[in-house]
Amino acid sequence: MKLAYWMYAGPAHIGTLRIASSFSKVHAIMHAPLGDDYYNVMRSMLERKRDFTPVTASVVDRHVLARGSQEKVIQNITRKDKEEKPDLVILTPTCTSSILQEDLQNFVNRASQDTKADILLADVNHYRVNEFQAADRTLEQVIKFYIEKAEKNKVLSSQKTEYPSVNIIGPCNLTFHGQHDVAELKHLLTDLGITVNTILPEGSSVDVIKDLPKAWFNVVPYREVGLLTAEYLQKAFNMPFIDTPPIGVLETANFIRQIQKILSEQGVLKDFEEYIDIQTRFISQSAWFSRSIDCQNLLGKTAVVFGDATHASALTKILSEEMGIKVLVSGTYCKHQQDWFRTQVADHCQEVLITDDHTLVADMIARLEPSAIFGTQMERHIGKRLNIPCGVISAPVHIQNFPLSYRPFMGYEGSNQIADLIYNSFTLGMEDHLLEIFGGHDTKDIETTTLSNEIDWDSAASNELKRIPGFVRGKIKRNVEKFAKTNNLNTITLDVMLACKEDGNV
Amino acid sequence: MQTKQEISNVNSIKFECETGNYHTFCPISCVAWLYQKIEDSFFLVIGTKTCGYFLQNALGVMIFAEPRYAMAELEEADISAHLNDYMELKRLCSIIKKDRNPSVIFWIGTCTTEIIKMDLEGIAPKLEAELGIPIIVARANGLDYAFTQGEDTVLAALAQSFGLKTFNQEGIKETSSSNLILFGSVPNSVVYELTKELEAFDINVKGWLPAKRYTEFPILNEKDFVCGVNPYLSRTATTLMRRRKCQLIGAPFPIGPDGTRAWIEKICSVFNKSPYGLEEKENKVWKNLQNYTDLLKGKSIFFMGDNLLEISLARFLIRCGMVVFEIGIPYLDKRYQGAELSLLEKTCEKMGVFLPIIVEKPDNYNQVDRIKDLEPDLVITGMAHANPLEARGINTKWSVEFTFSQIHGFTNAKNILELITKPLQRQQTNNVFVSNLVNATS
Repeated sequence: MKLAYWMYAGPAHIGTLRIASSFSKVHAIMHAPLGDDYYNVMRSMLERKRDFTPVTASVVDRHVLARGSQEKVIQNITRKDKEEKPDLVILTPTCTSSILQEDLQNFVNRASQDTKADILLADVNHYRVNEFQAADRTLEQVIKFYIEKAEKNKVLSSQKTEYPSVNIIGPCNLTFHGQHDVAELKHLLTDLGITVNTILPEGSSVDVIKDLPKAWFNVVPYREVGLLTAEYLQKAFNMPFIDTPPIGVLETANFIRQIQKILSEQGVLKDFEEYIDIQTRFISQSAWFSRSIDCQNLLGKTAVVFGDATHASALTKILSEEMGIKVLVSGTYCKHQQDWFRTQVADHCQEVLITDDHTLVADMIARLEPSAIFGTQMERHIGKRLNIPCGVISAPVHIQNFPLSYRPFMGYEGSNQIADLIYNSFTLGMEDHLLEIFGGHDTKDIETTTLSNEIDWDSAASNELKRIPGFVRGKIKRNVEKFAKTNNLNTITLDVMLACKEDGNV
Repeated sequence: MQTKQEISNVNSIKFECETGNYHTFCPISCVAWLYQKIEDSFFLVIGTKTCGYFLQNALGVMIFAEPRYAMAELEEADISAHLNDYMELKRLCSIIKKDRNPSVIFWIGTCTTEIIKMDLEGIAPKLEAELGIPIIVARANGLDYAFTQGEDTVLAALAQSFGLKTFNQEGIKETSSSNLILFGSVPNSVVYELTKELEAFDINVKGWLPAKRYTEFPILNEKDFVCGVNPYLSRTATTLMRRRKCQLIGAPFPIGPDGTRAWIEKICSVFNKSPYGLEEKENKVWKNLQNYTDLLKGKSIFFMGDNLLEISLARFLIRCGMVVFEIGIPYLDKRYQGAELSLLEKTCEKMGVFLPIIVEKPDNYNQVDRIKDLEPDLVITGMAHANPLEARGINTKWSVEFTFSQIHGFTNAKNILELITKPLQRQQTNNVFVSNLVNATS
């Protein structure tokens, strides 16, 4: 057993559901107890989705525990098949159902005899993999299934497209700034004269999977989801892939040069250097920004970076190489990516931290006292407690990290966004100097204005007043005092507060 | 206790039961409000990553405020019994004792502890003796219960054990001659208000289950009267009656001015007190609520069902002039909610509206179909359905807010109506916004 207050990555079935609900016309059925369909709330709330989340539960209750699911799972699958007419149903085990050890594969085999939809059992071990590994695995499983099906039916597109084209593999529901990144990537690839063959799984139908081999190469923008698929496609069809996240000016250039190399290997000679140069110097503002006089204040400032492997490594490089900021510690909670992560950040930070224990991260930040933190929502709260500013750069995140406006992290516009984020996280230069010279902000407490001082609050009443949220406390205090005055009361007790409330005055 | 008359009335409401394919919160969510209510407690949820992920996301920012709850996260070795449950729990509870020094530790059993048959009830007394801290075991799992029923399992466990074990009794003195104990977790200001309401009729409350602190819990004697304030506490009621031999006062719940009055009247009748002036008090509250009830009159509402407050809320809203199409509810104890059901019937008769259908264990998919047909003015639903329904032009209110708001007693009726009218008022402003848009572009 492990004493845990918080976790960075979710349980395995969340990963499977993120993949399933990202495809169009794919339905997931969870073999789970009541209340485990919390994923639907997250998707509907965080991403503000207008459609119903295509996830339902085949509820495991006391009866199932006693007798087994028997026909229940099969009935639920065939019912969804009729109601929603999906292309694919993914039966998703949860940690609860995996210890029941029911023969779910048998249910899948039997259900698929009566359904129009294909049925798959998500193949993940709930006690060994986390959300990201499960998402990666499920995506590979779905793609492999449809590639093999297409081969069998002889409908697989093996002919490459006439002009260079690419598959973008990995973006899915609840990806940090995912939809903005995809738009920016498409923009970048269009600039380079490369067409996007497919984006998987976000918004795609499983029908497009048979066309995957048409593309010249694959791009995996996020290390966490899509690598297994890219590796499979490389093995099966000899398709090269790029797994450098194009985040930051330097890494975006690196990404473009890798594309250039892949194209030349396939007989198309392109020179993107001029494009990179123009984009870096004129389109993207961040390279100029980091040379501008304002940015001198950032030189030598310290930062701590923590997040998923993709974003933490990218931010570490941007801070140290592009902004001249000293990264004291760079860390990730993606333990399974630690080898890759170490090679990426080794030269750009003083120390590497691999952990999924938020208390270790908090202790480390408290010990180092960096000028700013770049991390997840957890680090933002650690920063709040320690009074250190924090920029959020990675999941897990809250609803405010699903912005309505265009906020990519990738490509040249992404580098502008990141530059703003970094700059705004540090205390502004001039303010910094003034604070140093004059010894801090004005710290005099602002007294709350009251109608008069004649009215006393007894301790029980003032305790109750303290429990009222700050933003309405002043109003309530004034109303109660006004009520007391009009009723000629000099001391405010809980009774007076209640009487005021009864009067409809609060 | 309910009369035969009440039971026969109950039978005239139409009850249905569907497939149980509905969305609700896992009952372990009760730690969110119980750890805040019982200030010297610590809640340890013994489960998997799935439980932890739910709590962390459902409770949002609370998780960052050094909460007095944590997960005992089960790993593969725990599941396969390579590790000894007793030793593992002892290790974790020793850490909790050292770091937080609580007066009581609650162990919340989950689906996983049920399936692997972890003997929490057996381990607890041994560890209790070794660590010197009371340990209360509640099985708030998704196999058996929905959302607010989690509180029911915790309070039932408390009701069963409290005051029986030797070290609990130290320092606890009989402080009151009264023999009325109210059960249900409500914010302290609501406790104060409801206690005051009863005092006005010369009825003293001996204590509340739960109280602010574990060490302040009331002593339970045989023949004590007990009365619930929440509609989802049927196991607690049963435990108090059967195990502790208390006498249950079956009353409607003090939600809405009508419910509050009926609740007080029922208690008054048990203690032979005259509820003098109560009617005027209720009328005054209704008068204060008129701005809201004017807006609600004739509007229709549909409860998808997830927190067991549905019947009380529906009864109150019918009294406000609304028409209720369907009351979805996870679980209905017709005995514990008997008085509430008969008040619902009387209210429908009084307001001249049809009796709503009550759907136990609803099927959300079928419900969405019915909502499309009925086109109610407002749907009370979980967050999984709210945005998709709004996108289809149907007003919704998130049901969980009723669990986390103050809704009991006379003064808090306003809170309920504020929640209910908000989506309707927003619709009005939206309509103005849209018509302005149309005018501007045409």
